[in-house]
Amino acid sequence: MSDSRHHPFILTAEGVHKSFSGFQAISDLNFYLEKGELRTVIGPNGAGKTTFLDLITGRTKADSGKIIFANSHDLGSLNEYEIYRLGIGRKFQTPTVYTNHTVLENLTLSLPSSRGVWASFFAKVSPEQRDRLEEILQTIQLSKKSSWQAGALAHGEKQWLEIGMLLAQNAELLLVDEPVAGMTDEETERTGELLVGLAGKHTVLVIEHDMVFVRQIANGRRVTVLHQGTVLCEGSMDAVQANPQVIEVYLGRKSQSH
Amino acid sequence: MDRVFQKSEIIALAIGFFLVVVLVPLLNSMGLIADFTINLWGKYLCYAIMAISVDLLWGYTGLLSLGQSLFFSLGGYMIGMYLMLMIGKLGQYKSVLPDFMVFLGHDFLPSFWRPFYSPLFAVLMVFLVPGLLALLFGYLAFRSRIKGVYFSILTQALTYGAALLFFRNDLPMGGNNGFTDFRFIFGADLRSAGTKRWLFIFTGVALLGIYMGCRWLTRTRFGMIQRAVRDSEVRVLFSGYGAANYKLFVFVLSALIASLGGALFVPQVGMINPSEMETTKSLEAVVWVAVGGRGTLIGPILGAIGVNAMKSWATQAFPDLWLLILGGLFVLIVLFLPKGIVGIPEQIRDWIARRKATPPKATYIQPYDS
Repeated sequence: MSDSRHHPFILTAEGVHKSFSGFQAISDLNFYLEKGELRTVIGPNGAGKTTFLDLITGRTKADSGKIIFANSHDLGSLNEYEIYRLGIGRKFQTPTVYTNHTVLENLTLSLPSSRGVWASFFAKVSPEQRDRLEEILQTIQLSKKSSWQAGALAHGEKQWLEIGMLLAQNAELLLVDEPVAGMTDEETERTGELLVGLAGKHTVLVIEHDMVFVRQIANGRRVTVLHQGTVLCEGSMDAVQANPQVIEVYLGRKSQSH
Repeated sequence: MDRVFQKSEIIALAIGFFLVVVLVPLLNSMGLIADFTINLWGKYLCYAIMAISVDLLWGYTGLLSLGQSLFFSLGGYMIGMYLMLMIGKLGQYKSVLPDFMVFLGHDFLPSFWRPFYSPLFAVLMVFLVPGLLALLFGYLAFRSRIKGVYFSILTQALTYGAALLFFRNDLPMGGNNGFTDFRFIFGADLRSAGTKRWLFIFTGVALLGIYMGCRWLTRTRFGMIQRAVRDSEVRVLFSGYGAANYKLFVFVLSALIASLGGALFVPQVGMINPSEMETTKSLEAVVWVAVGGRGTLIGPILGAIGVNAMKSWATQAFPDLWLLILGGLFVLIVLFLPKGIVGIPEQIRDWIARRKATPPKATYIQPYDS
């Protein structure tokens, strides 16, 4: 998509630290994400990947450092729903959908609309929104199950529904935490195509463990490796996989050179 | 879009209106339903109003509040203050002051009692006092993101604290005897059969109105978000909704509903005292909702009426065993009827479906924790 590196940064994190009762989850993290980019973040367990998303989305606050969205919003001073309203959407590691609502209702609740209490009494789905919902249902292949309770969906379908909720939100920045966990190979591939198709129009940050999947979506794009809460290296998938430090970290050999 | 009221519901509502406005009052005036009975049923309907308020919080929003008896009692106390002043000099001590004040040696009416000579003011206070208390308490609790069992404990503590306060004689609210011996309401004699009939009609209409209002509310986008808060508050926050505002709205609305229930209860029962405020009363209301079927609006009404009718019978037939019966009922419902009385037809259908030899369709795959 965007090979030129001259896009403005949509997200910058500088000197971010976060510890949980002594455990340093994020330490001196510096991270820059360009508008329209599809970035994959990999790293061993405990590397701080999910904590990083928590910091961006306001679920936890950094001990020090700054995370800036679109050059103007300091995310550290906002709460979850304020950050959402800036145009940052998040898919969680375990699918987080409303299990007692229908698939269609799940998507409806994610449509851009006023979020206030008073407006909610009279909120209606407009014809354009209805078309948009149909379109999303097709994209996530849940058209036939739109009236199902989300709790009755298979695990992979729930993952898609949650991605569909991000699509309905039409967020500028999509944070996608392990989107293909529990999916079949075919579903995984389709999810990859979906995310790749979103890049450019949206900025997408994907956290993933599944290396086959990472190869598929990172294809030529930049990959960031996190280790012990900081960026270990960045580059193309091939460059990253050839990096001796990365190999050490992943194979778990004792490393003196840090 | 679904219509707010389905045909069957409109018919049921029409039957309800006919019952409370025409049939029961008519049979009562003909002497076929005893005054005592219509009064008792009026009381059940007040409890049903309170049960709806509990369910709006618990069943629809996932907030188990143990403070609804407080709001119910506050509504009762507000109308009770007006009723006490309407006794005039007909009390035991032949004083314009309420009897308990004379007994405690008060010489004059405390200033905050004075406006309660006005029925309009009293009715206004029925909504204002519990509403503002709920607004303040809810704002602090939800802003601090107090949830689950901690929220229940806090509401319980609030209720307990308030009950202790009302038990005190130096709060001039009647102490542990509360208010009683009411004579007149809006100029009508509270002891006459006609007044009791009107109170019953008014309570029934209020209940049906609250039912319709809640039915509408739960089917709007608001209702959708309300249930979303119950099921996954994290997702609600990460979908851009300020969950605390939604919870606060429901909390205040429920306080107002419970308070109205209490305000209708007191003139019909003829007394209000702090024991009505105790946490056990809140818990009883939770049992009504669980028995009737939580997360439905008809469930709390059936549960409140059913359990209280049973209570009236059992406290006479087996006065010592009543609490055991109530407790046993709750355990049985939780174990065997998780959806309450309202869920019985559905459970029977499921049971029959399972009995049929056809293997179940594999539509649900157990998610694994990643």
